[in-house]
Amino acid sequence: MKPVNQKAWFLILPVLLCVAFSAILPLMTVVNYSVQDIISPERRVFVGTEWFTSVMRDSDLHEALWRQLVYSFSVLAIEIPLGIMLALAMPAKTWRSSAVLVIVALSLLIPWNVVGTIWQIFGRSDIGLLGVTLAKVGIDYNYTGDSLDAWLTVLVMDVWHWTPLVALLCYAGLRSIPDAYYQAAQIDGASKFAVFRYIQLPKMRGVLMIAVLLRFMDSFMIYTEPFVLTGGGPGNATTFLSQYLTQKAVGQFDLGPAAAFSLIYFLIILLLCFVLYNWMQRVGTTDKEGAHE
Amino acid sequence: MAQIDLDLAHSYRPNPQSDSDYALLPLKMSFRDGGAYALLGPSGCGKTTMLNVISGLVQPSQGSVRFDGKDVTTLTPQQRNIAQVFQFPVIYDTMTVAENLAFPLRNRGVSSAHIAKRVGQIAEMLEISQQLNQRAAGLSADAKQKISLGRGLVREDVSAVLFDEPLTVIDPHLKWQLRRKLKQIHHELKLTLIYVTHDQVEALTFAEEIVVMTRGRAVQTGSAAELFERPQHTFVGNFIGSPGMNFLPAQCTDNRIRIGTHTFDIPAQAQSAQLQSFGDFVIGVRPEYVELASVNQADAMPAQIVRVQDVGTHWVITASLETGGVNGSTIVRARLSAETAMLSAGDTAWLRIINSHTRFYKNEEMVA
Repeated sequence: MKPVNQKAWFLILPVLLCVAFSAILPLMTVVNYSVQDIISPERRVFVGTEWFTSVMRDSDLHEALWRQLVYSFSVLAIEIPLGIMLALAMPAKTWRSSAVLVIVALSLLIPWNVVGTIWQIFGRSDIGLLGVTLAKVGIDYNYTGDSLDAWLTVLVMDVWHWTPLVALLCYAGLRSIPDAYYQAAQIDGASKFAVFRYIQLPKMRGVLMIAVLLRFMDSFMIYTEPFVLTGGGPGNATTFLSQYLTQKAVGQFDLGPAAAFSLIYFLIILLLCFVLYNWMQRVGTTDKEGAHE
Repeated sequence: MAQIDLDLAHSYRPNPQSDSDYALLPLKMSFRDGGAYALLGPSGCGKTTMLNVISGLVQPSQGSVRFDGKDVTTLTPQQRNIAQVFQFPVIYDTMTVAENLAFPLRNRGVSSAHIAKRVGQIAEMLEISQQLNQRAAGLSADAKQKISLGRGLVREDVSAVLFDEPLTVIDPHLKWQLRRKLKQIHHELKLTLIYVTHDQVEALTFAEEIVVMTRGRAVQTGSAAELFERPQHTFVGNFIGSPGMNFLPAQCTDNRIRIGTHTFDIPAQAQSAQLQSFGDFVIGVRPEYVELASVNQADAMPAQIVRVQDVGTHWVITASLETGGVNGSTIVRARLSAETAMLSAGDTAWLRIINSHTRFYKNEEMVA
């Protein structure tokens, strides 16, 4: 047995207290709601796992979850490659790089609900630049009426809003590569693609991991923009998990099911991030383990 | 393999005005096919710039680079077929050691059978055969630098292999081992090797010919013995040797050399008329050639001992000589064997300065 120094517990006590008040206690109130039927502030009944079972069987939830997954992975599939390409195209030195950085970062400075409003107007087929242009070209585009159009609009809006974040992260990763690597690659006769594949991409792995996790979590929790743009419609076409939750909790005031679903929602994000993180770790480190020449 | 001729100058600024704007002052230089060269000089003297000009990573702002008489000034490193190893290890993280070594060959479309053969040879040479199938990313700095060296040596048809202080990150005992390996490889493959370093021991042990550089200028090219015996420039005298050459102000009158109040015979390597025409000049003498003399010996002069250091194999004494002039005295270092050096600080010792190894300098250039 190794001797254990119990005094160490005192050192992490302040952190534990902070975390308790900021995260654990609020979470526990949610847990509390999720197992009770709140009839009025004075009357409540313990219902066990009833809310969990009913929420899990809710077909609206299944649809929202499916919609959410497709949406989040579409966001990743578009924004990560696009962000890398943008970062590669950005100038490395001189005043031009500063200018480009500011321009690229502009969309990140806009508040979420403003982004929604901008696109709501942008996409209108009577006065919006995008809507009118598409109508002129002859494409029948109507995000308030057509489910696919609405879904695509929300996706394009997210790409417009958040690809710059991926690009900035990748740009930072690229700038940290010493010149010697490029010189060595030149000496070794590496092609442009080989430089990307064997130098730039591996060196960007760390920032890409952050980019993927950030974009996944954020897109999985998306709420404000579709709320402003489409209000979840038409029908349920753009009702993602957050919207579903809000409708339950605030709209119908079903606190029990909403709390149960919150916990499930939280666990899904945790699980998916865990899987993504571990997968990316492995891709980077066991890439070519045991490869033979 | 190729003979390399440089006739160029380089400035990183667009319109160089004074000498200090140049990273490389105008120079003419040749590297023999199959030779082992070292570019030696302090940081910022232009040696890395010269290396990058040879490899093609930097294009000289004026003049030309020729390989075997062919002008390659505007060609890329790839077209010049140059291999270069950098100061800090560059490895491809996602590849194994073997794939790293194979990379320069594979990019040039070499057949996989030949790649396997070369990789095996190089790995054996560098003693990394055991690690061939490991991922390169997890290795120590030493091993990574060995891979970098290996990538530089894996192509057998290169015009030259250039090393930019490749052993900086390596442990001292491995440094010797690797340097010996490089010499051995040079003997076996007869490649033209150019080695940049600021460490004189490294340069002197590695190279057949050493180019000493300072402030963008190549001040002397020669073998270790030449640099030691006949430094063409006071900088070389100072930079090569430990401690560096002693320099004393002197004049020549009535066919005798005068240092302070003492006068000496002119040694055979110098002419009286020449020295007399200079007025003031500088005498250079290596600490190894300063001898202890008896009191009042005719060809010696007294010196005040300032410090005595035991360096293990010998003693280094630091003494102050009355040389007159503006400063009044000049510091001289002498390297003496342990038996002769029974001196301590504050003593007065008679030193014989002028002998057949003495060199004479005017305006920092050697004149005799």
